[in-house]
Amino acid sequence: METDHGPLLRVEHLVVEYRSRGLRAPKRVIDDVSIEIGAGETLGLVGESGSGKTTIGRAILGLAPVTSGRIVFDGTDISGLRRRERRDRAQGVQAIFQDPYSSLNPSMSIADILVEPIREGATAAKRARVRELLDAVGLPSDAGSRQAREFSGGQRQRIAIARALALRPRLIICDEPTSALDMSTQTRVLGLLREIQERTAVSYLFISHDLGVVRAMSDRTAVLLGGRLVEEGTADQIARDPQHPYSRRLQMATPVADPELQARRRRERLELLREQAAAGVA
Amino acid sequence: MIGFTLRRLASALLLTVAVTFVTFMLIFSDGNAIARATLGETATQEAVDAKALQLGLDQPVLTQYWEWVQGVLHGSLGNSFFTGEPVTAMLLTRLPVTLSLTVIVVLLTAVVSVLVGTLAAVRGGWLDRGLQLLAVAGAAVPAFIVAIFLVLTVAVEWGLLPATGYVPFSRDPVEWVRSLTLPVLAILVGSIGGAAQQFRGAISEILQQDFVRTLRSRGIGEAPIVFRHVLRSAAAPGLTILSLQTIGMLGGVVLIEQVFALPGVGDLAVEMTLRSDIPVVMGCVVFTVLVVVVVNLVADVVGAWLNPKVRLA
Amino acid sequence: MSTEQVVSAVVDREVAPDAARPAAPHDDGRRGDRVGRRLLRDPLAVVSMAYVAVVIVVGVLAPVIAPYSPDYVDVDLANTAPFTGDFVLGGDSSGRDILSRLLWATRGTLLACVVVLVVSTVVGVTGGLLAGYFRGRTEAVASWVADAIMALPGIVLLIALYTVIGPSIPTAMAVFGVLIAPANYRLVRAVVAEVRGELYIDAAKVSGLSDLRIIFRHVLTAVRAPIIIQSGFVLAAGIGIQAGLEFLGLGDPRVPSWGGILEQAFSTIYLNRGAVVAPALVVSLTILAFVLLGNALRDALQGSGRRRPATAARVAEARAARPAPSAAADAEALVSVRGLAIGYPDGLGHVRPVVDGVDLCVHRGEIHGLVGESGSGKSQTAFAMLGLLPKDAVVLGGAVLFDGADLLADAGAMRRARGTRIAYVPQEPMSNLDPTITIGRQLVLGLRAAKRMSKAKARSHLLGLLARVGIADPEAVFDMYPHQISGGMAQRVLITGAIAGDPELIVADEPTTALDVTVQADVLALLRELRDERGLGMVLVTHDLGVVADICDTVSVMRHGTIVEHQEVRGLFAAPEHPYTRELLSSALDPEEA
Repeated sequence: METDHGPLLRVEHLVVEYRSRGLRAPKRVIDDVSIEIGAGETLGLVGESGSGKTTIGRAILGLAPVTSGRIVFDGTDISGLRRRERRDRAQGVQAIFQDPYSSLNPSMSIADILVEPIREGATAAKRARVRELLDAVGLPSDAGSRQAREFSGGQRQRIAIARALALRPRLIICDEPTSALDMSTQTRVLGLLREIQERTAVSYLFISHDLGVVRAMSDRTAVLLGGRLVEEGTADQIARDPQHPYSRRLQMATPVADPELQARRRRERLELLREQAAAGVA
Repeated sequence: MIGFTLRRLASALLLTVAVTFVTFMLIFSDGNAIARATLGETATQEAVDAKALQLGLDQPVLTQYWEWVQGVLHGSLGNSFFTGEPVTAMLLTRLPVTLSLTVIVVLLTAVVSVLVGTLAAVRGGWLDRGLQLLAVAGAAVPAFIVAIFLVLTVAVEWGLLPATGYVPFSRDPVEWVRSLTLPVLAILVGSIGGAAQQFRGAISEILQQDFVRTLRSRGIGEAPIVFRHVLRSAAAPGLTILSLQTIGMLGGVVLIEQVFALPGVGDLAVEMTLRSDIPVVMGCVVFTVLVVVVVNLVADVVGAWLNPKVRLA
Repeated sequence: MSTEQVVSAVVDREVAPDAARPAAPHDDGRRGDRVGRRLLRDPLAVVSMAYVAVVIVVGVLAPVIAPYSPDYVDVDLANTAPFTGDFVLGGDSSGRDILSRLLWATRGTLLACVVVLVVSTVVGVTGGLLAGYFRGRTEAVASWVADAIMALPGIVLLIALYTVIGPSIPTAMAVFGVLIAPANYRLVRAVVAEVRGELYIDAAKVSGLSDLRIIFRHVLTAVRAPIIIQSGFVLAAGIGIQAGLEFLGLGDPRVPSWGGILEQAFSTIYLNRGAVVAPALVVSLTILAFVLLGNALRDALQGSGRRRPATAARVAEARAARPAPSAAADAEALVSVRGLAIGYPDGLGHVRPVVDGVDLCVHRGEIHGLVGESGSGKSQTAFAMLGLLPKDAVVLGGAVLFDGADLLADAGAMRRARGTRIAYVPQEPMSNLDPTITIGRQLVLGLRAAKRMSKAKARSHLLGLLARVGIADPEAVFDMYPHQISGGMAQRVLITGAIAGDPELIVADEPTTALDVTVQADVLALLRELRDERGLGMVLVTHDLGVVADICDTVSVMRHGTIVEHQEVRGLFAAPEHPYTRELLSSALDPEEA
């Protein structure tokens, strides 16, 4: 359900620059990127290393400086807010990070980790909420008293998801949430994310380098190269029939789990590269 | 690289100025008390005031510092409150003693700890365990106590080596060696233990790195891997370890000079501080700061030069 | 000696993160009872704790237990040796009982310890927390000051400041506390900086926690254990410095002190040889006790417990329990792995198998994929074929047959084969190159270790190979250092290093996992071309089914240390036999649905 302010999240002409030491020019990591996410929708952000995809997520979360441009969440500009202001206006934006091993404090119990973002409420209410959250991600209720190191990578990622859900967010930034997991675990965690979306209509910004994963999870996809958005469209279209030369190279380079099909794609890829080289395409 | 060196040089200079400034401020702060200390408890207030005037202690401390700095820039560290001798001259007579002790210990420590540390890291086994024990024991027992034990056994009980006194190299090389043997040994025990153990740690860590495994996969033998590759990577941390040891050793040297009655800079500092002969004490501090700063600078710059990422930046 | 050095050594070791984990401790005193139990199991810890307890008790009860008052003089007993008369540990040159004076002097030591500990901890920890958390100018200034303070040997400064401090050991110790605080500062700042970068801090910020809360909740708990450990070493240093100052005569002569007693005894050593022993021992043992306590605390708080290596009996048992490897090897094969079994010590003396009976065959020109998830044992199998297993690996059985020899049993054959006939392509390009030498030099060293040839010939050969693998300007790259090239180029350099010796078999451990997908496609194409040109056999370890479909001819699927299915690649994807394989295939996500 959209508000009258338009989409849930709107990033307008975002520029993120990092100052470098001395006389060198500043490094522009994000160069004029604009994206939109509606309520209950998943936008996939795909790119290789150096594309800036993680930085966009961090900028939306307030973890990276915004040099220029706006980030509008639910009608409010959250680009330059300080921590306390974010707490009041932006707590609807939460995050799940890539590394399941360092995203949970090793010396805290799970219950403490889950309860930490919740500031108000009696102890009993908080305890109930912990049980609720553990249930929502399919973990047993006794998990609360254990510590992070007793769980596997996939389970820790579930805990991280539970923590993200604690404040009933409307948008979750998922930064390569399954890249460090085994394939079978990945399937389960992605399934959990989809199920949560169905239940709560939360939106996702799904950041990944894997075109296959992005396609499986997103409604729409945006392709990033060198801090710029080179193509945007429905997930299906970007995955099956990309238009931009880079998107095409990306799609062709991603191997598929079918030897005959892959052999054909290899040939098509070489064709494509020859074409592009001949045309002098970037 | 040049930028790095210049920055380090500037930092070293700043450090020297800051430390000397703070120390000067602190020890020259109570001019009256110092003047009294030179005259004795029974002196009259007039005598004390006169002395203070004579020694320039009645002026504000900042002025005294400024004059002192000007003196330093002209090569003078002031004069002793007691004998009037120039501090620089006093230091110069003491320098050879302290320097010979320090330099010998540093050289021996460097050579032995690299050898022992590398062997312990590569071979492991009893050598490694023995080194760990030595490191703990060496860290635990201060050098001056080792010195006392050495004097008790080697000098007093067995009469093999002199317990006290220093013989300059120019007078009699053999006696020079004999007079320095026990002092050097006393410091070496702790020094080698610590340095070798840390070096072993550094080598061990490098041996665990991915590129060492890849080098092995190329068919390169263990010895060339250690000598051509591992030691290169260990050179920079090794320099840091050695510089830390050297600086820590300076403190030990002061006490060793006391035990063995070696007329070095440390001995001078102790004697003078008990007499409140402040300019000489200040001179000793300057000497120490200079040694520390130079050692750190050399270690930093050489270490950086060995690292391609910094050398080519 | 080595007051600051000891402490520095601790700092440097704590700061250097171990292989995969950050410096955050496993236990931090929250599991107090578990730590306590671990401490009690360590004999050195028990002894040192007992000794420290005795020292504390003696200090407190000195007036009661000392046989004489510290100023009691019996001139007849001056300079008496220990164990000869009324004075148990001998009499000093003034005729006072050394034992009583030592006992009384303990009080001074205890006071000094408390002062040093409190001052250094408060100053160092506060400074470190603020500097590490807020960074920027705060950190720059604080670090500079800390470096300046730590630059000088403490005792020299204390000697110089004697004119200001006066003959007061507690004041001197307070000053020393400030002088040694930078050690705590550096430790805390390093831990804070590391913790700050951890994702759970990002998560806390996203949850809306204020900086202050984050510092207290997350950072302080991470810092607790290292500081506790550090305290042992700080106290050891403090006692050493205190004894030193007293020995130099810079303490209060009216108060008995260990260093003072030592100095007196030493000055009359020719008159009374035995007198020095007791005070020297007391000081040494006390410092030793604190150092050992520091080590013990470190093991208890940060160690993973005493890891017992596998006993010979257990290893023999595990080996005997293995079934004999199945029928003869394929004579046509380039390399044949038969019944390979590898285990690791589980910390309790037993051996835990990670590769549990693996049979594998690779022919010339065949790219054999070894697929599995984490913990399947695929990388271990690959390393076994190269003889690059870690030191604590235990080979429980099996053979790696190559050209008639069992490489696992015959170390000489393995050494000869490695680099020349069997080569390795690693996963992470950057960390597998020696950062201190140029690319060219490492390639030349590697090649000349495999084949005898002149430097010039090696260089030209390698330049040709670098061009072959797709590097645009081989001569320029030859003179570059690893940090100056990209990940993709580095992987090509590593492939060059592998094929330079003209091997017959390549073992590649996830060679494209760390690369961008567009670079991966090029590298896979390169590997295929090299195989076609040279007739190479390849073992390709991977978890990515797309890579398998792209490049492999045959596939072995591994799970829990065994091979559950082995098929030619098309058959595997079209008609997988084992349920696990089917599960893996169903979880593959392709960009285009087939």
